[in-house]
Amino acid sequence: MGMTHIVDRRLNGKNKSAVNRERFLRRYRQHIKKAVADAVQRRSITDIERGESVSIPSRDIQEPVFHHGRGGRREVVHPGNREYVAGDSIPRPQGGGAGGGGGQASPDGEGMDEFAFQITQEEFLDFLFDDLELPNLARKKLKDTETFKYVRAGYSTQGVPARLDVVRSLRGAHARRLSLGGARRRKIRDLEQQLAELKASPQEQDPAFSVEDQIEALEEEILRLKNNLRRIPFIDDIDLRFRQHQKQPQPATSAVMFCLMDVSGSMTQMHKDIAKRFFILLYLFLKKNYKKIDVVFIRHHTSAKEVDEEEFFYSRETGGTIVSSALKLMKKIVDARYPPSEWNIYAAQASDGDNWNDDSPICGKLLKNGILPLVQYFAYVEITPQDHQMLWYEYEKVMAEASNSFAMQQIADASEIYPVFRQLFERKAA
Amino acid sequence: MSESIEQPPKTPPSKPAAREPISTGSEWTFDLIARYDEEIAKCAKEFGLDTYPNQVEVISAEQMMDAYSSVGMPVGYNHWSFGKQFLNTAKSYQRGQMGLAYEIVINSNPCIAYLMEENTLPMQALVIAHACYGHNSFFKGNYLFRTWTDASAIIDYLVFARNYVAQCEERHGVDAVEEILDSCHALMNYGVDRYKRPAPISAAEEQRRQKEREEYLQRQLNDLWRTIPRSQDGDEEKNRRKLRYPEEPHENLLYFIEKNAPLLETWQREIIRIVRKIAQYFYPQRQTQVMNEGWASFWHYTLLNRLYEKGLVTDGFMMEFLQSHTAVIYQPPFNSPWYSGINPYTLGFSIYTDLRRICENPTDEDRAWFPDFAGTDWVETLHFAMKNFKDESFIQQFLSPKVMRDLKLFAIEDDDQADAYKVTAIHDEPGYRQLREKLARQYNLSYREPNIQVWNVDLRGDRSLTLRHVPIDRIPLAEDTEEVLRHTHRLWGFDVHLESVDDGKLVQEFHCPPRDMDEERDT
Repeated sequence: MGMTHIVDRRLNGKNKSAVNRERFLRRYRQHIKKAVADAVQRRSITDIERGESVSIPSRDIQEPVFHHGRGGRREVVHPGNREYVAGDSIPRPQGGGAGGGGGQASPDGEGMDEFAFQITQEEFLDFLFDDLELPNLARKKLKDTETFKYVRAGYSTQGVPARLDVVRSLRGAHARRLSLGGARRRKIRDLEQQLAELKASPQEQDPAFSVEDQIEALEEEILRLKNNLRRIPFIDDIDLRFRQHQKQPQPATSAVMFCLMDVSGSMTQMHKDIAKRFFILLYLFLKKNYKKIDVVFIRHHTSAKEVDEEEFFYSRETGGTIVSSALKLMKKIVDARYPPSEWNIYAAQASDGDNWNDDSPICGKLLKNGILPLVQYFAYVEITPQDHQMLWYEYEKVMAEASNSFAMQQIADASEIYPVFRQLFERKAA
Repeated sequence: MSESIEQPPKTPPSKPAAREPISTGSEWTFDLIARYDEEIAKCAKEFGLDTYPNQVEVISAEQMMDAYSSVGMPVGYNHWSFGKQFLNTAKSYQRGQMGLAYEIVINSNPCIAYLMEENTLPMQALVIAHACYGHNSFFKGNYLFRTWTDASAIIDYLVFARNYVAQCEERHGVDAVEEILDSCHALMNYGVDRYKRPAPISAAEEQRRQKEREEYLQRQLNDLWRTIPRSQDGDEEKNRRKLRYPEEPHENLLYFIEKNAPLLETWQREIIRIVRKIAQYFYPQRQTQVMNEGWASFWHYTLLNRLYEKGLVTDGFMMEFLQSHTAVIYQPPFNSPWYSGINPYTLGFSIYTDLRRICENPTDEDRAWFPDFAGTDWVETLHFAMKNFKDESFIQQFLSPKVMRDLKLFAIEDDDQADAYKVTAIHDEPGYRQLREKLARQYNLSYREPNIQVWNVDLRGDRSLTLRHVPIDRIPLAEDTEEVLRHTHRLWGFDVHLESVDDGKLVQEFHCPPRDMDEERDT
């Protein structure tokens, strides 16, 4: 015919919408940043492998146009009339607004009040680091995925149709059909057996309850159950399984990261949030370089304790501060579980600088002689806008002697996290 | 996957010829697509479908999402709202809420239709029949499209627009351009000429005349605004004072602003022009949804059944096709949780299908209602219906009592001055005509959108722009009217007023910047 021209466009770029998507994110930066900040609160610091779902109130992103409001008189034609005749009146639905029968007049969609969408992991990190003032180079290094490989990572109930695993889905459907139908099938078997017995056995003398009646009742019941069975759908949305893939880095060996934090009364939630972001940054950096990372959380006030992440960040304590307790515990854990010959050891300590004065010299000594020889790197951040105390000056002495594996910095707000971190970076990058 | 399939196909396919199917599997290849297209084209020719040449583009699911989010423009300028659209599309696609098979076909010459690679062969054939022969012949035949759009020029024009907007972004910054576009989009539905035919758009022409226009426009503007402070003398002056500018209300707000706003820079005027040209291009589509989708559905159904009669497709093929077809034309009843108004595919398909029946097997009722074409040649009659109407008049002309009965149509009146809804007409003898009229009116754009026009510009005073809204049936303007007015204000550059005048009485008013409550109105 020659009239039709068929073109294969699949190899043309697919990210035609990338610019528009980026424009959208740019316009709603503030909303997204807030969502990311909230997500960081919720998430574990090792949980940075995925993007995030962001919701924006629909009214904030609506594009206004002139349209009709509520009120006045309108007449709408609908399909599917059953019982109405002309002249009938139908009570106005209560509370449902003027929508009700006359839905045509709301051009603003289905009345959702949230606009939800996904941002990627990369975008998530971008927003997360946004006010940390990371230079682009460092950003890139953190997110770079040059040495990743894809590994299968199980199945999920959501996904794009192309990733649908037919066998899995059908297996699930089969299991669901069995579990929904099993009891009924058993019942049918029982009833059929009874029926057979009834039919086989000769008439018994029970005039009030004749065999025919019983047979009929049984047959009815069997039919009902079979109809019931037939109504179980062959495949249902909940059966669908999609293959999932995950990126995994392929670099060298293992590392352990110690997070040490003062949780005495003087540390507020704001201090802890800054600390958390610092820890995330460190974790990301390590993740890039090591295949396996353990994270150990040690918190302390007057005594130290190894805890899980939840307790680490979100439980509150009161009372004084003895920093050395945490250092001692860390050393003990290293000796017991993380021989430096097999593990790259990193530690980050966050504190508001408060310490019992007599303890600070002990800390300096412990650090210099007990810990620094074992670790790749030890970073100390002091989160306070105020003047330094004893601990800082003790650590400065350590710094003078062991600047290769030790860094310290004062942080007053989030924007100062990065400079501290950079010291660590530059050293590794060089 | 979650779409429910109801009713069996209406007419069983007639007895097939000896079966020699084009293919038996469900995997497609380029050769097979070409073969199917060739056979479908032959069938289309039997029925006299006149089309532009087709360009079928095979694309991936991701590319389909891109295409969806650019609201049917194969090339578009950049704007965040398209990004929003994209995020929405991606979300519902990933949740499996949405198939992507049908709707993308571009009113251009050649007519571009997208096939998604994930589709099975029967689906590809369905889309070819639907888009390449259904929609395509509609674009080429319907009078609105013939009058208002120029299929051969649209792609070039869109490329021109995209480049122009990109240049502006480079020169004036993304934010400045975004602002103007936001404001234009808010008024986009009021950027069309409803009655007067505009000059066809063409990229070459646009570029050639752009320069010329700049100069001319500036001269015009100067004239308009210069006369103001100068004229001070007596009678003549009094007469002018009474005249409004424009003398007649002006329906195309964007056009009026482009030509008359005092402070806009040239590039801003050009962007307004681009947006309204694109609005004009889509205007026929907004007025022919029922007709267009109904036509395409009627033809995919008819053409593929013809293939089956010729023995070119298998039973399995037909099963899959009919399943998709029934899903597409399914109309949930008004009390179903899935109900969201009348499905234009269903309504259009039903009307055309019944029209064919009326031509081929008319009843007494049909002869009474449709004396002009009961018993005439159906192909000719259907073409006549497709070519010469828009949704409103199409329904008014061709909606038959049988379709009203089949769909069980009924009308509900919702009057805020009454205590309850009232059923005003149903699918019975006294109701047919009313019902048809009411449904037709429902598709009249000027009933669906508020009637707002430019009323006056205060040439001698504060240069404010006054718009006038004429309500129908006392329906007021919605809450976000003030938002839209803010956009209008951004474009106009001086105060903007909007008065809602019902039967000579002022019932609602909006001002931007907002007016203090106690301040007195001075006109």
